[in-house]
Amino acid sequence: MAQRLPVADWSTDFDVMDPAYIEDPFSIWDDLRKTCPIAHTKRRGGAWLLTTYADVTEAAHDIERFSSLEVGVIASEEEPDDLLPYGLPPISADPPLHSWTRRLLLPWFSHTKVDGYEAMTRDLCRRLIDGFIGTGQADAAADFAQQIPVRVIAKVLGVPEDLSDAFTGWVRDVLEFADEPERVKRGGDGILGFLVEHLQLRKDDPRDDLISQLAHTRHEGEPLDDSLVLGMAGLVLIAGIDTTWSAIGSALWHLARNPRDTARLVAEPPLMAPAVEEFLRVYSPVTMARVVRADVEFKGCPMAAGDKVLMNFPAANRDPAAFERSDEVVLERAHNRHIAFGTGIHRCAGSNLARMELRVALEEWLARIPTFRLADDALVTWAGGQVRGPRSIPVVFP
Amino acid sequence: MKIAVDPEKCQGHARCYALAPDLFDIDDYGQSSVVGEGSVPPGREEDARLAIANCPELAISEVEA
Repeated sequence: MAQRLPVADWSTDFDVMDPAYIEDPFSIWDDLRKTCPIAHTKRRGGAWLLTTYADVTEAAHDIERFSSLEVGVIASEEEPDDLLPYGLPPISADPPLHSWTRRLLLPWFSHTKVDGYEAMTRDLCRRLIDGFIGTGQADAAADFAQQIPVRVIAKVLGVPEDLSDAFTGWVRDVLEFADEPERVKRGGDGILGFLVEHLQLRKDDPRDDLISQLAHTRHEGEPLDDSLVLGMAGLVLIAGIDTTWSAIGSALWHLARNPRDTARLVAEPPLMAPAVEEFLRVYSPVTMARVVRADVEFKGCPMAAGDKVLMNFPAANRDPAAFERSDEVVLERAHNRHIAFGTGIHRCAGSNLARMELRVALEEWLARIPTFRLADDALVTWAGGQVRGPRSIPVVFP
Repeated sequence: MKIAVDPEKCQGHARCYALAPDLFDIDDYGQSSVVGEGSVPPGREEDARLAIANCPELAISEVEA
C-alpha cells in the first residue's frame, strides 16, 4: 500500500482515501463549504474537490474545460492497458466517441428493459433472505446488498451467475483499493481476461445479451473494434455492481439505526418512491473525476492542465444551499433534484436499473424483516473514495 | 396548464416519467417528451409541478397555454 500521510489541512491537502474521509466525509464537506468550497491537494499529481451543488453542476456540464478521459478519483500509476486504448467508453470518453457508444448502451437500460429484470431481482432477494432469516441475524451488506447487483448485471451481460463472487472481488479490487496499484491491476486483469474469453464465445454463438449485440453491431458500416466492446462491457460490469450495492447497503444501514423511518416505510408503501430518491441523495455512493484540458481559472481557482477535478456528487447532494434540512433523511421529500447519478451528458446510463434494484431490495427486506437493528455499531465497516458504502452491516431481527 | 421538455437539456434521468407517466413519454434512449401537446389534464397539475421540481437538468418548464 502506498504510504499515506495524515491530512494536515482539508482545504489544501485533502485525501479522499483518508480513513477519516471514508468514515465521515460529511463534516469535512460542511467545513469546506463554509471556508473553502473548492479544496485542493498536491497529492497524486494534483486535484480539486468541489463541495457545492452549484459548482458540481456547473463543472459537470462544462465538457469544454473538463474532460472525461480520466474519471478515476485517484490517478492510476499503471500505463493504459493495450487492450483498452479508449478506457471504458462512454464514461471515459468525450464526444464524439462518448455520444455514439452511449447510444449503443442506453437501450439496454430503458424502462422497458428494466421492468423485465424486476421479477428476477425480486426472486433473487427472496432467495437471499431465505438463506438467513431463520437465524435471526445477517450481514445486510455482505449477505444481501452485495449479492444483488452483480447477479442482475450478469443477466444483462449474459454471463453465468455462478461467476458472481469472482466479479465482486474484481470490481472491489478496481474501485475500493485505488492506492494499492497491484490490487487494482489484479481486478482489472481478472475482468479483462474474462471478457476477452467471453467476447470470443459470443462472436461464435450470439445470444440475446449485451455482449452478443456489441460483438455484432456496426458503427458507420464497420464492426466495432474489440477494444470498444471490451471497454463498454467492462464498464457495465464495473459501474453496475459496487455502486448499487453501496446504495442498498447505506439505505439498510440507515433503517437499522432509525426504527421510526423503518416503521413508516412498512406502514406507508407510497413512501417508498420518494424514500428511494432520498436515500440516493443523502447516501450518494459515487464520486467521479474530470481532467482539466488546459490551464483555466474556475471560481477563482487556478486549475492546471492535467489536474483532476472531483465531481463530488455526494457533497453536492448535502449542500444546504440546494436542499432544506440537507443532512436529514426526509422520507417524503417532494422536491429532490439530487444528482446521485451525475448530471449532464454522463448521467449514469444504468440509473433506472439501480433505482429498481434499490426499491425491490428494500421492499423485499421490509416485507420479511420489518424490524431490525444493528448488532453493534462498531462492527460496521465502510469503503470510500470512488464509491462510498458499507461493506459490513451486522444486524439482528429477534 | 401546459408544459414542455427541452430536448437539449434532458439527459434521461426519467424522474418526470416516474412521477407522472401519463404526462411524459420516454424513448429507449431515455429522452423524455410531453404527451400530446403538453396540455396537463385538470387535476394533474400537482404532479406536473412535481416533475418540474424534480428534474435535475431543469429541462421541464411551464409554458403559455
